Amino acid sequence: MEYNQAMARTPTTHDPFNAVAELKRRQVLETIGARELSVNEIVELLGWSQPMVSKHLGVLKQVGLVRERRVGRQRMYRVNAERLKPIHDWVMPFEQFWNESFDRLDEVLQDIQKKEKP
Amino acid sequence: MITKKNKTIITAEPGKQELFITREFDAPRELVFKAHTDPNLYAQWLGPRELIMTIETFEPRSGGTWRYIHADKDGNEYAFHGVYHEVTAPERMIGTFEFEGLPEKGHVEFDTARFEELPGGRTRLVIQAVYQSVADRDGMVASGMESGITQGYERLDEILKRGI
Repeated sequence: MEYNQAMARTPTTHDPFNAVAELKRRQVLETIGARELSVNEIVELLGWSQPMVSKHLGVLKQVGLVRERRVGRQRMYRVNAERLKPIHDWVMPFEQFWNESFDRLDEVLQDIQKKEKP
Repeated sequence: MITKKNKTIITAEPGKQELFITREFDAPRELVFKAHTDPNLYAQWLGPRELIMTIETFEPRSGGTWRYIHADKDGNEYAFHGVYHEVTAPERMIGTFEFEGLPEKGHVEFDTARFEELPGGRTRLVIQAVYQSVADRDGMVASGMESGITQGYERLDEILKRGI
């Protein structure tokens, strides 16, 4: 599927929705969260290689989902909340529905397992 | 004991008619499956806490039907129904899903739920939902299943509060 990659990359670098369709990039965003982190800190938290983290940060930066700031020799990253908001508004209620349902299911499953064990 | 919280992952690629809901559970597959086919258990977890779920029809077998109603404290009711196309314990459920509150009938979702056994008595549930159009899928995601749920998605909310 090599030939597909160049085509897929074009919209990814323009559209934040496409950029977060990739699981790894969502994980980068969630790891940064409300903090400002250096590349090395993100590498450490995710346990991925530095080139992989940098590649995803590059795409996220291009669509404006993260902001980059240079501090000495370090590059620091934080999430650009304004750009993330349309995606958040779109997916939050559905995700919340399932999150809450499955958290409740966890409790039900725990209760049953407790009862089964003497 | 430190319990790592399991996360729900929703994968909805732009422009597609399908989405995937993935979640792992610290319980054996038979039990997770049972929580989907035992009406007493099912009513205890499906949907947000503040909605009361009433199961009207529940026939979790191949060819059976189902209908349930979620009611909020203001008396608003949201009804859903569908058929079980295939129920194969403890690994697979295939069926349809329709929200009765849409402006027109006939927008049906086709679901396949797969229960995968994981090591250590754990289970991964993968639900594939296929829609009749991209617009139907995006509408379903955007509506929050029309249940008026507005609670925040904690981690992102934190970011939004800080950033805007």
